[in-house]
Amino acid sequence: MIELAAVEKRFAGQVALHPLSLTIKEGEFLTLLGPSGCGKTTILRMIAGFEQPTGGKILLDGQDLTNLPPNRRDLNLVFQHYALFPHMTVEENVAFGLKMKKMPAQQQRERVQEAVEMTQLTALTKRYPHQLSGGQQQRVAIARAIANKPRVLLLDEPLGALDLQLRKSLQAELKQLQRSLGITFVYVTHDQEEAMMMSDRIVVMNSGRVEQIGTPKEIYAQPATLFSATFVGENNVFSRDGELFAVRPEKLQAISGEAISGAKRSGEVLDVLYLGGVHKLVVQLDNEPMRVSVVLGGEDERSWQVGEAVGVNWKSEDEVVIGS
Amino acid sequence: MRRSSLSTLPVLLWLCLFLVVPMLIVVGISFMGRDELGNVVPGFNLESYKLFVDPLYLGIYWDTIVLSVLTTALCLLLSYPLAYYIANAGPRMQTWGLVLITVPFWINFLIRTYAWVLLLRTQGVVNELLLGTGLIHEPLQMLYTKGAVLLGMVYTFIPFMVLPIYVALEQMDKKLLEAASDLGATRWRSFWYITLPQTKSGIMTGSVLVYVSTTGMFVVTDILGGAKSAMISNIIQSQFLGARNWPFGSALSVIFVITSLIMILLFNRAMTSRYQSSREVRS
Repeated sequence: MIELAAVEKRFAGQVALHPLSLTIKEGEFLTLLGPSGCGKTTILRMIAGFEQPTGGKILLDGQDLTNLPPNRRDLNLVFQHYALFPHMTVEENVAFGLKMKKMPAQQQRERVQEAVEMTQLTALTKRYPHQLSGGQQQRVAIARAIANKPRVLLLDEPLGALDLQLRKSLQAELKQLQRSLGITFVYVTHDQEEAMMMSDRIVVMNSGRVEQIGTPKEIYAQPATLFSATFVGENNVFSRDGELFAVRPEKLQAISGEAISGAKRSGEVLDVLYLGGVHKLVVQLDNEPMRVSVVLGGEDERSWQVGEAVGVNWKSEDEVVIGS
Repeated sequence: MRRSSLSTLPVLLWLCLFLVVPMLIVVGISFMGRDELGNVVPGFNLESYKLFVDPLYLGIYWDTIVLSVLTTALCLLLSYPLAYYIANAGPRMQTWGLVLITVPFWINFLIRTYAWVLLLRTQGVVNELLLGTGLIHEPLQMLYTKGAVLLGMVYTFIPFMVLPIYVALEQMDKKLLEAASDLGATRWRSFWYITLPQTKSGIMTGSVLVYVSTTGMFVVTDILGGAKSAMISNIIQSQFLGARNWPFGSALSVIFVITSLIMILLFNRAMTSRYQSSREVRS
């Protein structure tokens, strides 16, 4: 549906995005995930039309968008800090895009009504943005975008400014909304947990390059690069004969007593963390300057002392080679 | 509440001493009489106000309002594009633009106004140029007309309009324009629906500054307007200094202060939207 063909971006000679080709499917929830400055927002702004690619093409349903201004693209952006119009009420904000399209007033009212209902803003339509909480402003930003029924909704860290609790509940709501609307979502975030929870596919990015594209499960279970392996979820990276491989903390077993000598690695317990359902050992390895995390199930009754010797073992099939 | 009232005390004292008290003195004098030598005689009468109700003064009063409104409107029309251009220029151009706007203030105001005399008089630069190119065959009468006064006023007060509008434009969140464009607005519609409402505060500040300054300005009318185009401020000045009729000068001042306040109030009323009132209630 959206196709990026060898799209690249340079700012004053500096590479912000290396050539990237990517096809986004109809109705898909696609997340661009990476640390700040990795180029994810640049991609979004190029799709929206606020930045011109230095090279390559952007196509929507086969139509070349690259040279169209933002106001002529059939997609909408939810801005990071919402960019709500302060001098307009919630209602006027939501109706703005429809007014610009010169839609008949009656139809405008219906669309606004629909959008505020979906975002649970019905009681607040006469308020101004400064009279709303952060979470409510966020909803207005979404309502303003979806009222236009765009083919694609672009979201630039839409939950970044909210506190954790609110973020969690809005994540679920957004996902729900995407399902019921059936609109393609292109979502930018640096929060890997958020990406895992919401997306159909994740594009993991680092310093202007794509590290991996895949479903959350693929990214978690088969990270393709060292960056993917460590950025998404906690991971332990080992090396053997110049080859790097990763083993997730929950795939490691902690061994005590006599059996230590038979384990793949040995070390000393540095810390014991109780996390409710599970607990976690932080182990300093003996012969390597690195620490590993071992997640133990709640049913594991052994009590660990800080400073105690421990063996670390895993199954060979749980190793994921991530390069050399 | 207590803390804030305490911290504003110096400002209130200042205002009291230099604004309220002098104003009250003027109001007081406007109701007094005077003797043959022009000294103010205590008492209470409405003679000065009755004197004002005279076709001559009413005409000047009306002219003053018209000129001030025209000056404000022209300043606004010229300043907005200028301020917009400066606010959207690169950082270097912005600095230069602002410097150029303020440069006239470095030169004495009287000298600048007399420069207009040199430009506009019958043998002035403009007439010589037009005659030289053959566009006209007789020099134009530009100096000592109402047009010259209007030109001088606009010239004098334009920075008072440009700067507040520039500040408002500069402070506006540029993301709003991106949002408008994303929602399908063309550049013109973004300007009309977003930029203009967002810079209302600058327009209001600039307009009040220009309007009030114009009503009080008598130097420009004196130098560029000659005897025929007197404004109320010229009359007030001559009543205090020439005619030594302080009560009448005071009465005219009071009438004009009240007029200005009413004009500002009406203007604010027209410009204030429900949105601005909602903000005031909150703060």
